[in-house]
Amino acid sequence: MTTFEAILLTIVTASTPLLIAALGELVTERSGVLNLGVEGMMAMGAACSFAAAVTFDSTLLGVAAGMLAGALMAALFAVVVLGFAANQVGSGLALTILGLGLSGLIGAPFVGARRDPIAHIDIPVLSDIPIIGRLFFEQDLFVYASIALTILVAVYLTRTRSGLTLRSIGENHTSANALGLPVWRVRFWAILFGGACAGLAGAYLALVYTRFWSPGMISGRGWIALALVVFAAWRPGWLLIGAYIFGAATVLQLHAQAAQFGIPAQALSAVPYVATILALLLLSLRRGRAIGAPGSLGVPFVPDR
Amino acid sequence: MKADVSPSGPPLVELQGISKRYGDLLANDGINLAIQPGEVHALLGENGAGKSTLVKILYGVIEPSAGEIRWEGRPVTIGSPVEARNLGLGMVFQHFSLFDELTVAENIAVALSGDWSLSTVRSKLGDISRTYGLALDADRAVWTLSAGERQRIEIVRCLLQNPRLLILDEPTSVLTPQEAEHLFTTLDRLSAEGCSILYISHKLEEVRRLCRSATILRAGRVVATIDPRARSAREIAALMVGNEVGEVRTDAPHHVLGEMLRVSRLSMPPAGLHGQALRDIDLEARAGEVVGIAGVAGNGQSEFFAALSGERLADRPDAVVIAGKPSGTMGIDARRRLGAAFVPEERLGHAAAPTHRLSENTLISHAAAEVSRSGFILLNAAKRLARSIIQSFDVRTPEGDPQARKLSGGNLQKFVIGREIIRKPKLIVVDQPTWGVDAGAARLIRQSLVDLARAGSAVVVISQDLDELFEVADRMAVIHQGRLSPLKPVGEWTKEAIGLEMLGVAQAQGGAHAL
Amino acid sequence: MRFELTPRPNVSPVMRALAPVAAFVTAFLIAGFVIWLMGRSPVAAFDVYVLQPLSDSWSLQELLVKATPMALIAIGLSYCFRANLWNIGAEGQYVIGAVLGSWLALKTHGTEAGAWVLPLMLLLGIIGGALYGLIPAFLKTRFGVNEILTSLMLVYVAQLILDYLVRGPWRDPKGFNFPQSVTFDPSATLHPILEGGRVHFGAVFAVVAVLLTAVILGRTLFGYRLKLTGDAPRAARFAGFSSKATTLAVFAISGGLAGLAGISEVSGQIGQLQPSISPGYGFTAITVAFLGRLNPIGILIAALVVALTFIGGESAQIMLKLPLDLTQAFQGILLLCVLAADALVSYRIRFVTRGGGK
Repeated sequence: MTTFEAILLTIVTASTPLLIAALGELVTERSGVLNLGVEGMMAMGAACSFAAAVTFDSTLLGVAAGMLAGALMAALFAVVVLGFAANQVGSGLALTILGLGLSGLIGAPFVGARRDPIAHIDIPVLSDIPIIGRLFFEQDLFVYASIALTILVAVYLTRTRSGLTLRSIGENHTSANALGLPVWRVRFWAILFGGACAGLAGAYLALVYTRFWSPGMISGRGWIALALVVFAAWRPGWLLIGAYIFGAATVLQLHAQAAQFGIPAQALSAVPYVATILALLLLSLRRGRAIGAPGSLGVPFVPDR
Repeated sequence: MKADVSPSGPPLVELQGISKRYGDLLANDGINLAIQPGEVHALLGENGAGKSTLVKILYGVIEPSAGEIRWEGRPVTIGSPVEARNLGLGMVFQHFSLFDELTVAENIAVALSGDWSLSTVRSKLGDISRTYGLALDADRAVWTLSAGERQRIEIVRCLLQNPRLLILDEPTSVLTPQEAEHLFTTLDRLSAEGCSILYISHKLEEVRRLCRSATILRAGRVVATIDPRARSAREIAALMVGNEVGEVRTDAPHHVLGEMLRVSRLSMPPAGLHGQALRDIDLEARAGEVVGIAGVAGNGQSEFFAALSGERLADRPDAVVIAGKPSGTMGIDARRRLGAAFVPEERLGHAAAPTHRLSENTLISHAAAEVSRSGFILLNAAKRLARSIIQSFDVRTPEGDPQARKLSGGNLQKFVIGREIIRKPKLIVVDQPTWGVDAGAARLIRQSLVDLARAGSAVVVISQDLDELFEVADRMAVIHQGRLSPLKPVGEWTKEAIGLEMLGVAQAQGGAHAL
Repeated sequence: MRFELTPRPNVSPVMRALAPVAAFVTAFLIAGFVIWLMGRSPVAAFDVYVLQPLSDSWSLQELLVKATPMALIAIGLSYCFRANLWNIGAEGQYVIGAVLGSWLALKTHGTEAGAWVLPLMLLLGIIGGALYGLIPAFLKTRFGVNEILTSLMLVYVAQLILDYLVRGPWRDPKGFNFPQSVTFDPSATLHPILEGGRVHFGAVFAVVAVLLTAVILGRTLFGYRLKLTGDAPRAARFAGFSSKATTLAVFAISGGLAGLAGISEVSGQIGQLQPSISPGYGFTAITVAFLGRLNPIGILIAALVVALTFIGGESAQIMLKLPLDLTQAFQGILLLCVLAADALVSYRIRFVTRGGGK
């Protein structure tokens, strides 16, 4: 394997958790809810999946635990934001703080443990194609799942009745409510889906990417996932592209550090964060002032009676 | 289905003794109403008479406090809009429940119960369009559509569920005269096929055009059930409003003085995704007169208001000249200091902050009112100002200094307009002065505006209500798709001519005017 | 199934003030449950977390020391939050303020500089924080970029800048290769208020900020402008308050106060620059701002309360072996409870099954 191929492979693994977490948040936001708690949900997903995987020596149980943890955190958020119509920004931040703290408590007994790498799945014939073969058709299950999830979400939103209902609710919850659409129910499940995805992304980080738990291991990926959703203008296809661009930025700065280009390490570490800001800026420039966010995004839903 | 209105069978729907109580307020009081199959029945009444409440009860949105509803002779309980639709009721609300970013087909599909695929919706839409003359392009995004086209979506939503009774709430409030005529043709067609229609309105001419029976509500009660064609307009108005409301007096001596506002070649790009550009607008308003700007909603009225008020700046200072000073690039505060005053269309959220008290809301025009000094708020001065506005303009308040959202529409509008009039501005621009306001308050507001003009101010009124403009304006123009027609004295305008301007059709004589 | 939220027509000020108290109590009960699950006594925990820190002079001073930066930052945040602008980057503005102020300290290190050094350092701290806060504000007003994400990304950038400086150009050559700057001269150190005490003048700044803000928010047109911008943005524009100017102003104020907190902490408490100069004050300040209901006096009290949990958390770590993560988790729960309580005060909430009362 050449260095080039190796780099491409690490880009795939770096981008996958971003993609998964961002897909979940995309669905949540399309339904009109802004969940800033992605970082905290990912942390919980990482800690709980690692704890379960080590305790039961099963990656599968670990993944399930991670997704469940993310979904439960999201459910808490849903109750506060839907049931109490509380401020979504504050509630999301609270969820992040809670998630970071709680995950530290849960992960603490498992610091130092290590998991074995998970198997890669070889798709016959296709994986023999030079370069592309190894890159696209010899990946672990998570990577395939992330691509499948992208397609599923895209199809769901644009081609199903339920997806149309969700988009309508996100677009204008007043009209949706007047038409009798189930605003709370749809948003609840959208939020839960977002949490499960964040949990899955966290599980990937703990079980596959680093294969150990340490506090602060999410290191801002949840926030980058949030930026990704805006960058992609709430469209799954663009999200896939964006996730890989950001993943590439993260990876390249590590390699540049190793190659010692004479730039301070911290400058290279700052690249993903600066890249996020630049991406947001470019997006605003490209579309002028009208970005096309879901019309009801972030607005608490209090129907007049 | 044949069109026989057979008086012998049971009515399609019958309301008996329907009442609805909200605390002390009796919104509906023992209402009896019956509609036969195929009948077009009007529900007449002023704002606040109880029409909307009654209709919401019929459509299952609200529960009645007392009374019974019978459908085809059987007593029924209508617990939700879904149940109403299952019975065969369809409703087109005054405020549409549409999703701007979605297409026509998606908007229709999302509202239908049951499983409709988009392709089924598209083909059905084609059928209905042709049958009833409701032209719609299935794949256009709703934000690109006119009000008339949007209303058609609502109607198609109802028709796809095969209604026996179609309820329409003030349907022509957003339509041009020609679009309204189009709607009437569709309704005639529907009733000919046996669908009953309940038509809610406060516009007499339409009701007489469409309906052979009408129920008149006043203060929550039925005052009469009549054939609108058999009574005169004055009689019906008297039934609707009770005591004589009186007409606005515009006979005071009419001296027109210097120019207070001159707009020259004002053009502006659209403000956002769904805005309307302004194109080359010319206008002058002189002290002592009322200038009216007619037009159907969505043709640039809000944009024009924002350009006049300074909430949006023009590209040249001389595009907007107030009291002789080029103010096109001045902000709203600077314009207020020149002696101008502004009242926007939206009371809650724009003219006033809903959760703030009336005294705080006086701070909004702080640039021209004496309620602040060197950056500090003079709380007592603000409270005094609020009290004098309340007194001078007969604003009914539940308590001394309530939050703005606690006032009824009419009272808040009186406050918001009074706040500007009380300091006798040289120029005042008002957008939709009596939208959603009860008759008494509307008359007071219109009289105040006329009085202000006669006292020497220039008054510009932007309104969708043609009757109102004919009543108060001295000269009038029509705004259509961001362009303004030439100003003409009111006496030289006919309703037909206005309707044509609203559609952008060039006049036979006088100012040529592209579509 | 659905929730029914009816806005309460009249909310008594007493209820509004009690809501955060109720939230705090609820959060405590939940935390107590978690502690019990971890096998410790909730009562012992309460004693260590709350009662003990209040019982001796040393920890009372610690309380003020910890509360000071949080109060300063939270006051600044209240300007932004009232206007519906979400400055999540206070942590970064704190750091950059500290960096800019420290630059002067390092520049005059070892020289016999006069009494002008310290005030200028503080001023530089304010300027640094304000300028850094203006970055997301500028991006928002000029390009419409969401301020939540930009201000947050800039936190990471600020921390990396600090990291680079203390490991590189500003590292103390005589510091045994530790990543830290030289210790500041006495002329560059913020003095304690009382001789031998631990509370430095930062606390005075905080109190002054509270009082000034109370006046500004309650009695000036600027304070009204913020309130109107947050409550009814269209009415604010109609009142002649340019939203761009408001955005720039509140981010500058907020960043400036955060920067002041930063330089005060570094020069008064730590005495030198290190890679880590804040245990997340900028983020905890968000909780403090909400807990204090964006009211200056409320924020002062909330800062003291949250500082109490920090100090309690440190003792609990030593005495009961309860990890610091618990304090962070508790803060998260507390914020959620505060937000929920706030909503309960404004709305009456019922959970209705289909066909239930309308």
